[in-house]
Formats: sequence, structure tokens, C-alpha cells
Amino acid sequence: MRWRRYGPDATLLDCDSLEQMSAVRAVVSAAGPEHVTELVPGARSLLIASRDGERGLAAIRALVESADLAHPPTVGGREVVLDVRYDGADLDLVAETAGIGVDEVVELHTGAEYRVAFTGFAPGFGYLTGLPEPLRQARLRTPRTSVPAGSVAIAGEFTGVYPRSSPGGWRLVGHTEAVLFDPRAERPALLAPGDTVRFRSLP
Amino acid sequence: MRRVEILDPGPSALIQDLGRPGHAHLGVPPSGALDQPALRLANRLVGNPEGAAGVEALLGGLRLRADVSCTVAVTGPSVPVLIDGREVGSHVALHLRPAQTLVLGTPAAGLRCYLAVSGGIAASAELGSRSTDVLSGIGPPPLEAGDLLVLGTDTGVPTGADTLAPPIPRADLTVPVLLGPRDDWFTGPAAALATTWTVTSESNRVGLRLDGTALRRAPERTDAELPSEGILTGAIQVPPSGLPVVFLADHPTTGGYPVVAVAHPDALPALGQARPGTSVRFRTSF
Repeated sequence: MRWRRYGPDATLLDCDSLEQMSAVRAVVSAAGPEHVTELVPGARSLLIASRDGERGLAAIRALVESADLAHPPTVGGREVVLDVRYDGADLDLVAETAGIGVDEVVELHTGAEYRVAFTGFAPGFGYLTGLPEPLRQARLRTPRTSVPAGSVAIAGEFTGVYPRSSPGGWRLVGHTEAVLFDPRAERPALLAPGDTVRFRSLP
Repeated sequence: MRRVEILDPGPSALIQDLGRPGHAHLGVPPSGALDQPALRLANRLVGNPEGAAGVEALLGGLRLRADVSCTVAVTGPSVPVLIDGREVGSHVALHLRPAQTLVLGTPAAGLRCYLAVSGGIAASAELGSRSTDVLSGIGPPPLEAGDLLVLGTDTGVPTGADTLAPPIPRADLTVPVLLGPRDDWFTGPAAALATTWTVTSESNRVGLRLDGTALRRAPERTDAELPSEGILTGAIQVPPSGLPVVFLADHPTTGGYPVVAVAHPDALPALGQARPGTSVRFRTSF
């Protein structure tokens, strides 16, 4: 771990792994310090902002450094199941790249349990980890100018769902009718960091 | 119902309050007025709480008509303000009678003027804020001619006769920054940031795009890739071109290019008023 300065009111903690980052996030979330204004996970880092500036950041550092990161507290991540029609435009390409059949792609994608590691790109877009090895594939060489809302896609070590229509370079394997983001809902984002996610194949 | 009608939004008019910070982990930018002191002042002048929603008018040009008697104030850079064709001035509480028309001219310097109306604009809030976020599309759509803005209930007493000197936006800015978190990705980052950068016309509420002598990656980082990490307002991100972007309120919440330094929060209002062509230098000791 390494603490890095991020302006006067924040610090970026470089972590050795995604697991370590998740453990630190759980420690800080569970303590719930009132002065923490943002707690933003990244792929290998955690950004922590405090309205108390240096003093608040020092308190966070003391909290994390005294925590048992091997046994982080459980923070109430939700379990989300997404129903998917596996009819994505890149399904054949994904099968071909993996050297398996389309049915096996669906089996692999629905067989794994995923975790929301971090968000970004668009409100409600979660980067889900836990993707089986054969499905870890490069982005499209040429991104699409428009990917339909609800598209279920893969790229690198991640899978995810496009909350709304946008440009995108991930490989599309299917689509879901689930609403990923609704700014007027009590819980605007269906997926938040720490949630676990499963995909279920619709006939 | 208390309302005002937008006759002409000018180049761009957006509803803004103090934004929706605290949702970055859901991918939601903070948004909110770029020049927050200006919006707060406009609200105080008309007797609103500082966080009431007003209009952020890019380069002035806004025209509106009151349906009801209300108090209004325009802040930000100095800008001509006319009621029914008569010049009445900015940075002062003004009384607008029903059917009177308020017109903003074009500010001679700076970018964004703020209009507050007594009672505030009662657009529906999303994630606790009425701000329009141009990156994510959260919040009310940009204002158009014919829009009827519903006002909230008057809650306070307007300041009355106070008149304040408008701030004068500078054509050259010196911005205090703290190096990091990824200054070690660059060769001589402090000296490179201290050179003169120019705000380009590609800039918007997401960020200021700067032109100048590109920052150079440290040799061992030339082809390195950064795993996506969190971003805050004021972060100075350096894409492969070496030309930095200073992120403003509608910034993406995570990104995969290194942030070389972060601007001091006190410098953000001036950055939000920086026109294309403005010179910017970053000072790493303060």
C-alpha cells in the first residue's frame, strides 16, 4: 500500500490488489466517518476525500493502518441477479476468440459470481470482476458509436452493463431489461461497489 | 404559481445549484455551479438560501420575462443587465414586476453569469440537486426559449440596496496546485506545469483543455497503463498527448490517465470563468 497526495482534501491509496482495495473500502465504510465526503474505489486504488483536510486524512490513515485487512468487516453489499438474453452482436466473436461454442460462452458467463469493484464511465456503470479466464478478451479494435442501453458486455478482466445508450468498445454478449440507473429512484444505482452479481440466461 | 419564462437562453443557460457531491462511487459527477461564490452571492442578494437553484448563463445573452413580482440578481463577471430596456446593473438586488423583461448583455471578461430569483428555481431534484450535469445527463435539460421555470416560495428578505463590485476575471491565471498523485509518471512535472498554458475552445463544464508544451512521461513510464482510479474536481489529468485537462464539476468519476497534480479548491471559481485564450500557470509551492 502507498498513500499518495490528492490535493489538500484527499488522498489516493495505491493498493497491491483489488482484494486489498476492497478490504480497505470495507474498513472505512464500516467505520463510517462523518467527515469523509467521497470514497471512490478504482481498479487498484481507493480515493478518499475529507472535509476536515489533513486532520481527517490522518485519522483515516490511522484507521486503515491499525485494521486487520486479512479479515475486513462485512459491509452490506447486495446480491443482484440480472436476467439476460444472450443475443449480443459480438457473441460469435467471443466464442471464436475463446475457441469454444456460443453455448459454452453463456454457461461460463452465467456460471460465475461477480463483484462490483468500482464504477465510472457513466452513472450506474459497474466494473464487475470474477470473469472466467476464457472470456477475458480485448476491447473491439473500433469502438461502436452507439451501444444500446442494457447491453451486457465484456472487456479485459471485467464484465458490465451499459446503463444507457452510449459509445463503447466492449464486446457485446447480450442485453438485460433491468434499469441500471434512475436518478429519481431512492437507490439510483442498481449496482454499487461491493455488491455481488449473477447473470441468468433467459430462453 | 410563481413562474418566469425563458424568452432566449443565449449561448447556453443551465439550472445550477451547489451540485450533488458524495455520489462519485456510483459514477455520478458532483456537478453544480462552476463559480459557486457567484451563485451564493446572487442567492444572498435576493434573500434565498445560498444553495438555491439559479441559472448559469454562458456568455450572458439570457432573456426572460417574469410572470409574477420577484426579486432577481445577476452576479459573476460584470455584465450589462436591462429591465424593459433600461440598464439596471449587475451585483444588486432588482425588483422585477409581472410582465417585465430582464435581459443580460455579454460580459466583457469571464464566461459565466449567475441569475438568482427569489424563491429559487423549483425544478425537480435528482440525487439531492437541481443541477444540470452535461457529462452524465442527470438533472434538468438545458434551458430553451419558451421554458416556464417554476419558482419556489420566497423565504427570506432581499439584501436591498447593497451594491457590490463585480470581480474582474483575469486574462492570465496563476493556479496553486499540489503535485500528485501521479507526478512520478512525468519528467520535471513542477517546471512543466509552471510554463504558460492556454485555455482552448474545446473546454466545457467537464474540463479545461489546455495547449502548451506537452508534459513528457518519465522514460520508465512511456508505455505504462494506469488502472482506472477515482477523480476529483481540480484534478489535472494528462492524456497521452501530454496536454493537460483540468477537471471541473461535470468530470468523469474515474479515469485511466495519470493525474499529475490537483488544483487548490479556492482556484476553481476562476478556472470556471476562464475563457478560451486565457493563460494559465500552475504554481506548486504556496
